[in-house]
Amino acid sequence: MDSAYLLAAIVAVALIASPLPLLLQRHGRGYAALGSALVMAACLALLAPLVAPVMQGETMLASFAWLPDWGLTLSFRLDGLGLMFSLLILGIGLLVTLYAYYYLDGHDKLGRFYTLLLLFMAAMLGVVLSENLLLLVVFWELTSLVSFLLISYKYESYESRLAARIALAVTGGGGLALFAGVLLLGHIAGSFELSVVLAAGEQIRAHALYEVMLILVLLGVFTKSAQFPFHFWLPMAMAAPTPVSAYLHSATMVKAGVFLLARLYPALAGSDLWFWLVSGTGALTLVYAAYLAFYRYDFKGLLAYSTISHLGLITLLFGLDTSLSVVAGVFHIINHAIFKASLFMAAGIVDHECGTRDMRRVNGLFKFMPITATLAIVAAGSMAGVPLLNGFLSKEMFFAETVGHPVFDEMSWLLPAFATLAGILAVAYSSRFIHDVFFNGDPVNLPRKPHEPPRWMRAPVEVLVAMCLLVGIFPQWSIAPILNVAAGAVLQQELPPFHLAIWHGFNAPFMMSLVALAGGIALYAMRHRLYALYDRLPTIHASIVFERGYEKMVAAARSLVARMDNGSLQRYLALFITFVLALGGWAWWTASAAVLPVVIHAPDAASLVALGMLAVAAIAVVRLHHHRLAAVVFTSVIGLIVALTFVRFSAPDLALTQLSVEVVTIVLLLLALYYLPPTSPAEDAMPRILRDASLAIAAGVGLGAASYAMLTSPFDTISAFYLAQSVPGGGGSNVVNVILVDFRGFDTLGEITVLAMVGLAAHALLDQLVLKAPLRDGEGRAWASERHPLFLEMLMRPLLPLALMVSVYIFLRGHNLPGGGFVAGLVTGVALILQYLASGIGFASARLPQRLPLFLAAGLAAAAGIGAASWLFGFPFLTTAHGHIALPLIGDIELASAMVFDLGVYLVVVSVVLMVLAELGKLSVNHGEAR
Amino acid sequence: MEAIIAIAIGLLTACGVFLMLRARTFPLILGLTLLSYAVNLFLFASGRLHMDSPPLIRADASYTDPLPQALVLTAIVIGFGMTAYLVMLSLRALSESGDDHVDAKEKL
Repeated sequence: MDSAYLLAAIVAVALIASPLPLLLQRHGRGYAALGSALVMAACLALLAPLVAPVMQGETMLASFAWLPDWGLTLSFRLDGLGLMFSLLILGIGLLVTLYAYYYLDGHDKLGRFYTLLLLFMAAMLGVVLSENLLLLVVFWELTSLVSFLLISYKYESYESRLAARIALAVTGGGGLALFAGVLLLGHIAGSFELSVVLAAGEQIRAHALYEVMLILVLLGVFTKSAQFPFHFWLPMAMAAPTPVSAYLHSATMVKAGVFLLARLYPALAGSDLWFWLVSGTGALTLVYAAYLAFYRYDFKGLLAYSTISHLGLITLLFGLDTSLSVVAGVFHIINHAIFKASLFMAAGIVDHECGTRDMRRVNGLFKFMPITATLAIVAAGSMAGVPLLNGFLSKEMFFAETVGHPVFDEMSWLLPAFATLAGILAVAYSSRFIHDVFFNGDPVNLPRKPHEPPRWMRAPVEVLVAMCLLVGIFPQWSIAPILNVAAGAVLQQELPPFHLAIWHGFNAPFMMSLVALAGGIALYAMRHRLYALYDRLPTIHASIVFERGYEKMVAAARSLVARMDNGSLQRYLALFITFVLALGGWAWWTASAAVLPVVIHAPDAASLVALGMLAVAAIAVVRLHHHRLAAVVFTSVIGLIVALTFVRFSAPDLALTQLSVEVVTIVLLLLALYYLPPTSPAEDAMPRILRDASLAIAAGVGLGAASYAMLTSPFDTISAFYLAQSVPGGGGSNVVNVILVDFRGFDTLGEITVLAMVGLAAHALLDQLVLKAPLRDGEGRAWASERHPLFLEMLMRPLLPLALMVSVYIFLRGHNLPGGGFVAGLVTGVALILQYLASGIGFASARLPQRLPLFLAAGLAAAAGIGAASWLFGFPFLTTAHGHIALPLIGDIELASAMVFDLGVYLVVVSVVLMVLAELGKLSVNHGEAR
Repeated sequence: MEAIIAIAIGLLTACGVFLMLRARTFPLILGLTLLSYAVNLFLFASGRLHMDSPPLIRADASYTDPLPQALVLTAIVIGFGMTAYLVMLSLRALSESGDDHVDAKEKL
């Protein structure tokens, strides 16, 4: 098979097969564990054929297009660094799978655990095998998310949930910074593909945005790898089950940060900023965390702080920025993963057997579990840097790199002294772990009697400790090949000459190691005095500071939401208008003013009079809105003036429509007025009125100014087509009507559908509604007892046929002269409604069709059907045809299929008007029945 | 003439917005009606002001822009639909809450 597919398949298999343990758990927890192991083994099997070429220094790439426009490709890369990490992830993953089977409670079916573990492994593999940086960020965030679920695996406990949330906030937040940094990096390098980015180091460091980008990327790195001051999430995350700690906090999650340092080393390193930021943070973390580790009572907490300290060491090595320090950094990544995984597992065994992790109670366990104790002691020795163990080798390389580092030529003693101090502290906390747990008297009041764990629970620890020894004693044979390709992939150039060996002679690093060992043991011997001193020092818990800040932010967000979203529609509307005004104001200020000469009409007296009437009426509506009838009357004045405006400026169709809508609306408002409370209480306080008035004036000034700007700017239109095609293409000379029923018929179809919904809503909202009708009007006068005035009744009946005839006339001429379905429908509606008003609901409903929704449906069907009919003739939806018919007496008539469409519009409008007003009218009948 | 239209639009907008910010359903409906007038005039005005040139095809005539007219025509009808819907909704709300306050409660 093509190796590119193999490479992609590793991540794909891990992701897709991750639910396997969940599916298998119903057969028993053993099957769940087996499922997990199978998936990991399958990934290893897919990796196997790729090992040989990578060991020869090849870099394998596999690229599949995903979102190429965004620079996102599904591309993977396997080189020495990726191979080393993949082997760590898969190898330790297999050991953790075995270990967790014994560690976790026998009642736990394990499906959820192993599925999350596999998902995490898949995300981690994705991080280390990504060629595309955006893809890497996606997997990076996935590791944060899955680690959240893994840390909160025991979600019943508050401590676990809190720890998981803090870990997610810190690492997820860092991930966002990394995302921003990667976007900048891709922008600077011109590509998100690592091959391009790694080759563009010079260009990247010279770029103006280099500093910002570097700080953002490093924020991602430091949060993930728990560097000071973001270290606090890691000790809290010890609330996770120990297999999770052994996996996430030794070889994978926390190593993702330093992996990225290594991965991007050629692109980012080599500047002063890199040196000071990375080595400074690393050094501070190295010593501070080692100091804190020494004072833990909880041995798992001790291991957590020591992990932070070792991550600081690795960070420092990459920060020192010499080729050999990078080799040492990569080497220490491997060594730390091996000994820390074994230590976590050993600690888990002790915890499992003793039921507590408090070193004041867990003592003298060597007697009870000699084999486990020996394994843990060897691993802790590696952590301390004892010769013949792997930790010693990389620590010696570290010491060697601090001696004579070029940056500190004046104070060349400073860095080695600092390194030795870190070494002393590491020996001290390792001694404490060994001595307190396995010696130092007898156990104190343990909940159960400890003994050796099951055979296979210890096996993973044995494997890892054997590797500590193997690497520690035969480094050149065991680890050098993979270290060479991995470090070569990091540096992207020839490796400096170096030789892995236990003995380099009596040189400075060896002396430093001796001092560290002696000093550490001496420090541990003085422990009681040091503990007493530590207890007197004030302690700052970064996690508490973080949690307080978090709670304050939540409270601030809550109060902001409470102020914005308090359920008051008035407030929403005011906020909305303010926002729109702000947007409009911003656009206004930033727009470039272009003053161009345009034709402006001079005002005339009639227009001024109309404006005056409009102003009086509008202000009257506002002033008199408590007197509702008067307000309705003044509203209709405004409607009339608007209609007159349409007439004056060459829009007869609009004027007709506006007039007929006006009539229907007034009837509607009057009907509603009967039921609404007759007056509004004058409740608004002055500040509210002032606020609303200023918003209203700002909106008015804004829209008025925008209108004036629009009216006096040059004019360009797309309507020449409609004017030219109206007669030849649409068969009508009323261009507005032809646009409605032909050119833009689809819009109109949508429009009448909305109207139809209003008609149906009338039934839904008002059917069976019972409202208390007032006995008196707003001025306290009783309503007229005479229900249907005779005069009105007698006048309306002969008017009906006349009105219907007018509407037919308006409908028929609509295609060529002002009129059409909308207007005709409204006129018919008004004529019929007048019958309701004049003669009562009983009279009218006995003479009118009862199934109005049927007419509604018929209207919609006619409009849509004539549109669909054009398909039969092979034309697109809503294509029209037209022709001439000569009728006796009337003469030549132009018939267009669009008239059927217009008929549909007519039917819909009539039915909607009738449905709304009839439902409103029926309220009085409901009311009558209720009484 | 342009200034007159602009002033009318601004005035209707201001009155409409002020009424829409009132706490009762009826002023709200009135406010929305006024705002609809303003918006319809604004849309209509985007075709500029032309006198005695309706978009009816005939010999030797000049025409105003028909497209804004077609838009406004449907806007008027839809505006009626919206007013009708609001009226029905406020009656329904009145029956549910016994009050014509827009928030269905006096004080929030």
